[in-house]
Amino acid sequence: MGFVNWFKRHLVVLAGLVTLGYLLLPNIVVTVFSFNKPKGRFNYEWQQFSLDAWKDPCGVADMCGSLSVSLQIAVWATIGATVLGTMIAFALVRYRFRARGAVNSLIFLPMAMPEVVMAASLLTLFLNMGAQLGFWTILIAHIMFCLSFVVTAVKARVMSMDPRLEQAAQDLYAGPLQTFLRVTLPIAAPGIAAGALLAFALSFDDFIITNFNAGSTVTFPMFVWGSAQRGTPVQINVIGTTMFVLAVLFVLLSMAVGNRRNRRKA
Amino acid sequence: MTTDNSGDVRLSGIGKTYGSFTAVHPLDLTVPQGSFFALLGASGCGKTTTLRMIAGLEEPSSGTVHLGDQDVTRLPPYKRPVNTVFQSYALFPHLDIFENVAFGLRRRGIKSVKKQVEDMLDLVQLGEQARKKPHQLSGGQQQRVAVARALINHPKVLLLDEPLGALDLKLRRQMQLELKRIQTEVGITFIHVTHDQEEAMTMADTVAVMNAGRVEQLGSPTDLYENPQTTFVANFLGTSNLIEAEVDSRSGDRISLKAGGGKLTLPEARCSASATAGGKILVGVRPEKISLTHADDAGDIPEGRNRISGRIADSSFIGVSTQYVVDSPVCPEFEVYAQNIDRDPRLVPGAEVVLHWNPAHTFGLDAAQDIDAGVETVQPEEGVAA
Repeated sequence: MGFVNWFKRHLVVLAGLVTLGYLLLPNIVVTVFSFNKPKGRFNYEWQQFSLDAWKDPCGVADMCGSLSVSLQIAVWATIGATVLGTMIAFALVRYRFRARGAVNSLIFLPMAMPEVVMAASLLTLFLNMGAQLGFWTILIAHIMFCLSFVVTAVKARVMSMDPRLEQAAQDLYAGPLQTFLRVTLPIAAPGIAAGALLAFALSFDDFIITNFNAGSTVTFPMFVWGSAQRGTPVQINVIGTTMFVLAVLFVLLSMAVGNRRNRRKA
Repeated sequence: MTTDNSGDVRLSGIGKTYGSFTAVHPLDLTVPQGSFFALLGASGCGKTTTLRMIAGLEEPSSGTVHLGDQDVTRLPPYKRPVNTVFQSYALFPHLDIFENVAFGLRRRGIKSVKKQVEDMLDLVQLGEQARKKPHQLSGGQQQRVAVARALINHPKVLLLDEPLGALDLKLRRQMQLELKRIQTEVGITFIHVTHDQEEAMTMADTVAVMNAGRVEQLGSPTDLYENPQTTFVANFLGTSNLIEAEVDSRSGDRISLKAGGGKLTLPEARCSASATAGGKILVGVRPEKISLTHADDAGDIPEGRNRISGRIADSSFIGVSTQYVVDSPVCPEFEVYAQNIDRDPRLVPGAEVVLHWNPAHTFGLDAAQDIDAGVETVQPEEGVAA
């Protein structure tokens, strides 16, 4: 009986732990196998512990090149989508203009559309325009599909913002630029940051749209896809683990900063 | 400082329309330097719009705004020597109390702000809270931060937009006195917008009563209360008993009136309407000026007092006073507030009574207005922001 009661009382915690395990198990496997020393070309069976891959992460031909391409595209796509998306979000919340409702719904379209369809249409568009497929076409495509997510994230934040705060700033001798930099931007920052993070993750990760519009350029997801058919070097796991650890560190860091600011929304 | 008029606010023909809706009819208003001025009215009467036009947050459709001799009508808010305490305080949530208060100084490029900010926080008794964020403070403390943040800039004029609306009754009373103290201390012109007549009367030297985009009457609280010029003012500020009466005759400075079967006397000086024999006017008297005597003792009432007879319909005991509602032929719900000094046990509902008061406490109004104007808002719901 004691056990049943204990189980009842801790059911929520147990369910939470099981779900967390379900979410993290793949990451653990990736991490463990980054220390493997496989026989043959495929890293699918545990053989023995080794630090070889960690000592030489760029030891596989072309892999670090593709990683660098992916990172560059992700950074530029994030910047482009965040700047444009923030401006669109402010326009949609703050101003009343013709076709505002239509723009509001059109913004969501890229999120709802199957990626494969969008990829194929984009390719058609680029080919018809005679554009050279490569870095730039990938970047344009990424900015395009990241925009909707940034707009959604920033809009939610701007909508909950009291317009009187900006009036108060103006009343206290802040001109339009100062008002924007000192009041509007800092208050909207959490929304903008969330949008930017989302854009970075989406862009770095994207395979389908990229694959259609890449021409001869190879991004990291494309490299992994390609090598999965020929053999998976352990270095892929090393990069995967590094990305995972960096993401966790980033989240922890932002939580620490948030706590230090005493959670302004409490 | 006393001869300086740079803190005068002069509104000339200032008005605001939104499409076909007129929020503020063109009005002229002068608020002298160093005074505590209140704009009083129900929600939607145009008082906040008027305030925002002075702040520069709203562009007037007509007229000009002068501060002292300077025309500021076209100046943006950040170039006007005017600061506002907003209704919801509008404190910057991402800045601590110190930085909120320092905001205006820093924007004007003042480098050493520490001493000034600390002094100002001491003035509003928040020295200990400097490093807290706005949401960590109580409503009353946030309100004081908003006042400090505005005052530290030594504005020519401080505008207060229903600054006490969000506070509970007790705290509001306390803050009324606090604001009045600060105003006396710093000597800056305060313009205060409120829908609470008691607040306006407690704090302000001069009150402008606004109704439907117009200033109905302007004067000191006593003047407005004792000599209302319109039924709106008579009913909005406190309670008035209004009786329709016919002018009988005039002799010297007294006007004799007929109301119901009885006669009333009204000093000419207190009649804002033109009283010609045979014409109608509205006669008003405040509930606390009236004495109540049981009909059996009617003979003891001194000569020369205005009297009306009736029957007590209702009475409620409030502690310091008793409020009676008397049903009389001239006015179905005559209100009387009697101090509980010597309570006559015969004064219970159903008793026949005589109401009487000194004629000097009677005022006369133009009969061609709505007798119930402003009546609905006599008891504004406590704590509800306009």
